[in-house]
Amino acid sequence: MAETKTTKGAARKDVLKAYGVSEELALEIMRDMLLYRRFEEKAEEAYAIGKIGGFCHLHIGQEGAAVGSIKPLREDDYVISAYREHTQAIAKGVAPKAVMAELYGRVGGSSGGKGGSMHIFGAHVRFMGGHGIVGAQVPLATGFGWKIKYRGEDSVSVCFMGDAAVNQGAFHESLNMAAVWQLPVIYVVEHNEYGMGTAFNRVSTTDMEEKSGPHGIVGVSVDGQDVLATYALFRKLVGETREGRGPYFVNLETYRFRGHSMSDPVSGTYRSTGEVEHRKQEEDPIRILKEKLFAGGILNQEALEEMDAEARRIADEAADFAENSPVPGPEALYRNVWAELNPNGRHFFDGRSRD
Amino acid sequence: MATITYRDALNAALREELARDPDVFLMGEEVAEYDGAYKVSKGLLDEFGPQRVVDTPISELGFAGLGVGAAMAGLRPVIEFMTFNFAYLALDQVINNAAKMHYMSDGQFDIPIVFRGPSGAALQLAAQHSQACETYYTHAPGCKVVTPGTPADAKGLLKAAIRDDDPVIFMEGELLYNLKGEVPEDDDFVIPLGVAALKREGSDVSIVTHGKMIHVALQAAAKLEKEGVEADVLDLRTIRPLDMDAILATVAKTNRVVYVEEGWPYAGTGAQIVSMIQEEAFDHLDAPVLRVTQADTPMPYAKNLEAMAKPSADHVVEACNKVLYR
Repeated sequence: MAETKTTKGAARKDVLKAYGVSEELALEIMRDMLLYRRFEEKAEEAYAIGKIGGFCHLHIGQEGAAVGSIKPLREDDYVISAYREHTQAIAKGVAPKAVMAELYGRVGGSSGGKGGSMHIFGAHVRFMGGHGIVGAQVPLATGFGWKIKYRGEDSVSVCFMGDAAVNQGAFHESLNMAAVWQLPVIYVVEHNEYGMGTAFNRVSTTDMEEKSGPHGIVGVSVDGQDVLATYALFRKLVGETREGRGPYFVNLETYRFRGHSMSDPVSGTYRSTGEVEHRKQEEDPIRILKEKLFAGGILNQEALEEMDAEARRIADEAADFAENSPVPGPEALYRNVWAELNPNGRHFFDGRSRD
Repeated sequence: MATITYRDALNAALREELARDPDVFLMGEEVAEYDGAYKVSKGLLDEFGPQRVVDTPISELGFAGLGVGAAMAGLRPVIEFMTFNFAYLALDQVINNAAKMHYMSDGQFDIPIVFRGPSGAALQLAAQHSQACETYYTHAPGCKVVTPGTPADAKGLLKAAIRDDDPVIFMEGELLYNLKGEVPEDDDFVIPLGVAALKREGSDVSIVTHGKMIHVALQAAAKLEKEGVEADVLDLRTIRPLDMDAILATVAKTNRVVYVEEGWPYAGTGAQIVSMIQEEAFDHLDAPVLRVTQADTPMPYAKNLEAMAKPSADHVVEACNKVLYR
């Protein structure tokens, strides 16, 4: 880590001025990003020793994209995402403990252990999941926008997707409807350049920013590794969408530092080790913010280390909570298949006892 | 009671539920300005306005998913598919999202949505427009599937479907829209899901069926009556949840069963029901349970071939005679 720099008051102001971000908020953003990094590292560790099963897609490298885009939102705004969503859920207000316990498949998990890594939900904070079919969450986000407009509310719907989702019909059908009905939705592509192992430019002849234009929706690009720039853009777009000037489309340029999922190597087949190492060096959102805050004299090494220790403590605590949370009882298997079991008729056909 | 068509019964159910609950809205292709491809939503745009009776682009996946999202957020959408033939495009939204959301979130989100429209064959519409697709939906836990065969059932069951807190697949019959019948005018005429109805009583053989096929079953029963055979005709009305008690009761009564369905045989609704009958009422059976289905082919266009492909009263009579060893 770089040496702490001491800077005069004027420089302190300049570092954050362009973004309209207070020192307090900048530090909070740093804390959040550290937490997300340490949380995902903890999940990685737990996966490696078999505590977490199934698919597990980490957000390491994309922390700036998560914080910068979700921080400007209110609790009554809707957020929905695909399956690389652990930290987005935390950003929207789902407790880290509940997210980790869900990864462990435990009762204390956000879905009682029945959703897993790809299906984190937090209805209480309008975190609408956690979805496993590429692009299929995009119509749902459009539906949240429909509801907001239907009821005359001023919340917004923010829909995250990976870059591969823009080639799905669900994406184009949704953007068309959102434009026709002027719905308060911000569609956000976390463009990490690879849909699993397929580079975006191998499956698209147009740039990401152009994807929404044919539907009559303004597309904006931002460097997602620059968390303050991301925050500033989203604050503006969220405000405008709240006032009825949406929908919008954001190309949030980012990069993942790990494999597509825990079962993939970080590099070696579709991208080179050199590429990944270079990008980690140059584009780590935590390092980029750190350098700004150090340069502005807003943060020093000692304070950063304290923050990091706190982040590690919260991640450890989440893992301890998950470890100690019981596995779901057998009664959970048949619970919540339907919201309403009708008084008449048979609902289950497996011939098994459900007691 | 008023004598109205199946179409007007559905229209009345929609009108009453739209008036009853401001969170209910109707969305689909041609439902508003065109009054509905089959005129089921006639007059509703004028009465409730474009926010609640909504024309969509031809984007079945998109607007089905929009409906699921709106339901997650607290509204009660009624999504019309112009026909269920087009709903294959939206199957991911129905199965992966609508049917599983409540479970995946462990009960955090209810999905009170109705997907409705005609299913099954009409006349000479050929392969892509003539298919009964209930089995795709009954297959998935989390879906409820309703197939009304009469005007009264259409009204009472649609009202129940709209008030239900789960996704309900509501399959109408294109050839039933002009069918007339007596329908209660009461705003609270609701037929609970999961309750079958005996449409004809007889003690010699049971014809169990659902949807539009009740009319084929009743024709067959009339023919059999002339030969001195009295058939029980059980209309399941809802196929998930399923009124198994009513099925077991008719099996115990006649000991001989024919299942009639409009769709294909392989893993069809009848396959499920026959399996359950042999598991749960084996000792009551005096003959193997037979099924009458569509021919196991795509639907042909030519009038004579189409007539051959569809399940007919003659097919049903033949199957009944077999289980009666006549």
